[in-house]
Amino acid sequence: MLELRGVCRSFGGLTALNEVSFSVATGAVTALIGPNGAGKTTLINCTTGSDRPDAGKVLLGGREITGLPAHRVAELGVARTFQNLRLFPRLSVLDNVLCGLTVVAGRSLLGALLRPPSLRNRERRLRLQAMAALDRFGLTALSDWPVGALAYGDRKRVELARAVVSEPGLLLLDEPVAGLNATETAAVGAEIRRLRAQSYTVLLVEHDMELVMSVADRVVVLDGGRCIAQGTPDEVRRNPLVLEAYLGKTSLVA
Amino acid sequence: MRRTSKDKFLYFLYLHRTGLTVCALALALAIYPPLWGNPYLLGITNQIALYAIVVLGLNLFIGYAGQISLGHAAFFALGAYGSALLSGEAGVTPWLALALAVLATAAVALLVGIPTLRLHGHYLAMATLGFNLVIYLVLLQWDQMTGGPSGYAGIRPLALGSFAFASDLRLHYLVWGVTLLCLTLALNLVRSGVGRGLAAVAGDEVAAAACGVDTRAAKVKVFVLSAAFAALAGGLYAHGFGFVSPETFGIFASVDFVAMVVVGGLGSVWGSLFGVMLLTCLPQWIDRFESYKEIIHGAILVGVLMFLPQGLVTGLVDLARVRLARWKARHA
Repeated sequence: MLELRGVCRSFGGLTALNEVSFSVATGAVTALIGPNGAGKTTLINCTTGSDRPDAGKVLLGGREITGLPAHRVAELGVARTFQNLRLFPRLSVLDNVLCGLTVVAGRSLLGALLRPPSLRNRERRLRLQAMAALDRFGLTALSDWPVGALAYGDRKRVELARAVVSEPGLLLLDEPVAGLNATETAAVGAEIRRLRAQSYTVLLVEHDMELVMSVADRVVVLDGGRCIAQGTPDEVRRNPLVLEAYLGKTSLVA
Repeated sequence: MRRTSKDKFLYFLYLHRTGLTVCALALALAIYPPLWGNPYLLGITNQIALYAIVVLGLNLFIGYAGQISLGHAAFFALGAYGSALLSGEAGVTPWLALALAVLATAAVALLVGIPTLRLHGHYLAMATLGFNLVIYLVLLQWDQMTGGPSGYAGIRPLALGSFAFASDLRLHYLVWGVTLLCLTLALNLVRSGVGRGLAAVAGDEVAAAACGVDTRAAKVKVFVLSAAFAALAGGLYAHGFGFVSPETFGIFASVDFVAMVVVGGLGSVWGSLFGVMLLTCLPQWIDRFESYKEIIHGAILVGVLMFLPQGLVTGLVDLARVRLARWKARHA
């Protein structure tokens, strides 16, 4: 589904991504792990058009999307969440989720001003679709709330709902459980497993190893901007390079 | 559960609440002049209608898309002078002059908007303010065309055959008709995917882009739309009152428009009407107010922004929404 070939990105003298190549298989959950500052978020940004790689190629379903602006990538069926929550605080929960359907809502200003019956019906359909997504994440009771007034855990779920509502071909989740408690983490884990059961293609960036090991089909490990290992969760868990990156050299001896 | 006809009726009301409210407002405006209308009152409400058109457009740009413009009086001026000069000097019929002036102003807004809308916050405010100053100085200095500081008089009124919209009463129906049309367009826009896209741009540009909003194009489009609204109001002003002079279109006018948007509420279409009404009527209610208008507008602006940053109406509505949601959650 998604393929990265030798993607490089540096900020001034700092190399955030150095010749990163891997692919994300269709209908599977691929986890991207690595210590802080390994370049995971930069990689997501380079994939979704929030940032552009200095070199290398990003292919989506065989089509090159390197350097396309973010809204064009979104049109190709890529949805994402953000590490530090990026919601629209003044909009209601429902409207936030509806924003996830921007691509199908039509972009004609004239059409929007005149509001023909076709648009009216489409709006109603989208609203139902958004309500279904709210229901899926247990947010129905909060649908009228302005997002700014919600608790952190609820906001995380709103962002997930916004990303999932359009049934994207590729879903990128940037640390979906960061800052959540154990119960909430378990709930998000269950949701990701359900996405996998429905054959969504997911690229999951996460620190929570327990979650990664329980939901991922494949794991890619990034360290210092390089891809140092990839394989099944079990293979990666036993890989000495990974242990070194995470625990430091001394712990290998111990 | 069986649906009674009462339920059906209530559902109908709920489903068409926006349209019905607009219809109710239209009805009230249609019957108001014969019942209470006197020339003084009509003069004020006509002014409210004209400013409301500008502020509706500006609220889409400031309130919904989260940008700032301190230059919309310039588009108001371009519409007014453009239409006046086209009909007065070039001999075009007033309706065509009005349409051409709106189109030309939209084109100017496109040219100004493409480079300036890359700017944010203070820089965007300064750029639009600069644009307004330039237009204002042109109107003032180019006196063989615009009449300079003494203004341009004798603008032909808009007319349907021999029925000229020259009296306050006739003007009332014309300008409020256009205002209601603009109100409907604005309400349609904010209830669409494009409108949500604008609100998303105001909330978080990166996230908006990730949701598929072409942020740069969206900002330019709504800027052009708001300029067209302002130009339309300007043209109606020129033909309605028959006289334009530069002082109507200075930067203080722009600041007044922004104050109206803020008082009414950022991102509230109905709030815009309230903001215009309040700030247009205050000087009429309090005589003293007229000479200190700028100071008091400034004070209201600062006060509202400090205590209710989303604006008076929107801020209060938001507060009520949160309270209501909390209350519902507790009693669920």
